[in-house]
Amino acid sequence: MEQVIFYVFAAVMLFAATMVISVRNPVHAALFLVLAFFNAAIIWVLAGAEFLGIALVVVYVGAVMVLFLFVLMMLDINAAPLREGFARYLPVGVLVAGLMVLQLAAVILSARLELISGTIPEPAADVNNIKAIGGLLYTAYVYPFEIAAVILLVAIVAAITLTLRRRTGSRKQDVAKQLSVKKDDRLRLARMRPSQRQGGGIR
Amino acid sequence: MIELSDFLILGALLFSLGVAGIFINRKNVILLLMCIELILLAVNINFIGFSAYLGDIAGQIFVFFILTVAAAEAAIGLAIVVVLFRSRGDINVASLDVMKG
Repeated sequence: MEQVIFYVFAAVMLFAATMVISVRNPVHAALFLVLAFFNAAIIWVLAGAEFLGIALVVVYVGAVMVLFLFVLMMLDINAAPLREGFARYLPVGVLVAGLMVLQLAAVILSARLELISGTIPEPAADVNNIKAIGGLLYTAYVYPFEIAAVILLVAIVAAITLTLRRRTGSRKQDVAKQLSVKKDDRLRLARMRPSQRQGGGIR
Repeated sequence: MIELSDFLILGALLFSLGVAGIFINRKNVILLLMCIELILLAVNINFIGFSAYLGDIAGQIFVFFILTVAAAEAAIGLAIVVVLFRSRGDINVASLDVMKG
């Protein structure tokens, strides 16, 4: 039963991946990539990695793919010139991919590595996947965990500085400039001779 | 029962699809980024398969870090695409020749 579920979702995932690389519209490609991520999440949950399956849906489908779709729809892309050469490079791509599949299959199916006979054990009922990951992540892997946090921070700063646009001509407040202003910058004392008014008196 | 080789073959096929996608979509930067995501997903499937097979949770922690780095990479890559579009007007890889490298 489990195997049937695995094969069904694996087939849908490979179909979605094929559509990602071959479909004409980039928005459709992004949506097929979302489908592939969903199926991968289901397969991961099937293998007992519940936390990562849910994290894949939340982080990838919820954040990264939305970012992809946002950029795709924000930019006014003419997709036609980007497709040229598709038919020309298709044989090369298929050739390289086929070669790679053959090589990887030779490694996976070779008897010496004993990868074919191994079955994945049933996840034990009393094991809490999230608890196990947390127990390891915050103890043995706490240093890489913090480095990952720093990487995310750097990515935020880099993405913002890359896309920040300073507009010329927009009026905005510069507090430091306001505070450091001197009297001489703003105030000009004009020395004038008192004017002589005809008729005199205050009207 | 799911076998380990099922996971490995699925990962190998997905990886090859991602590499083929990089070859045949070599004009569109956003599709190249999507193909990189496919390749990383294939690697993660291998990690999950081995983690479940060996009963070692460390493989899942590696997947966690790969997800983190891939998210950061996607964010910076898309920011570069936006800047490229602003300066060149399209996202064709062929127009990335300002430095004549």
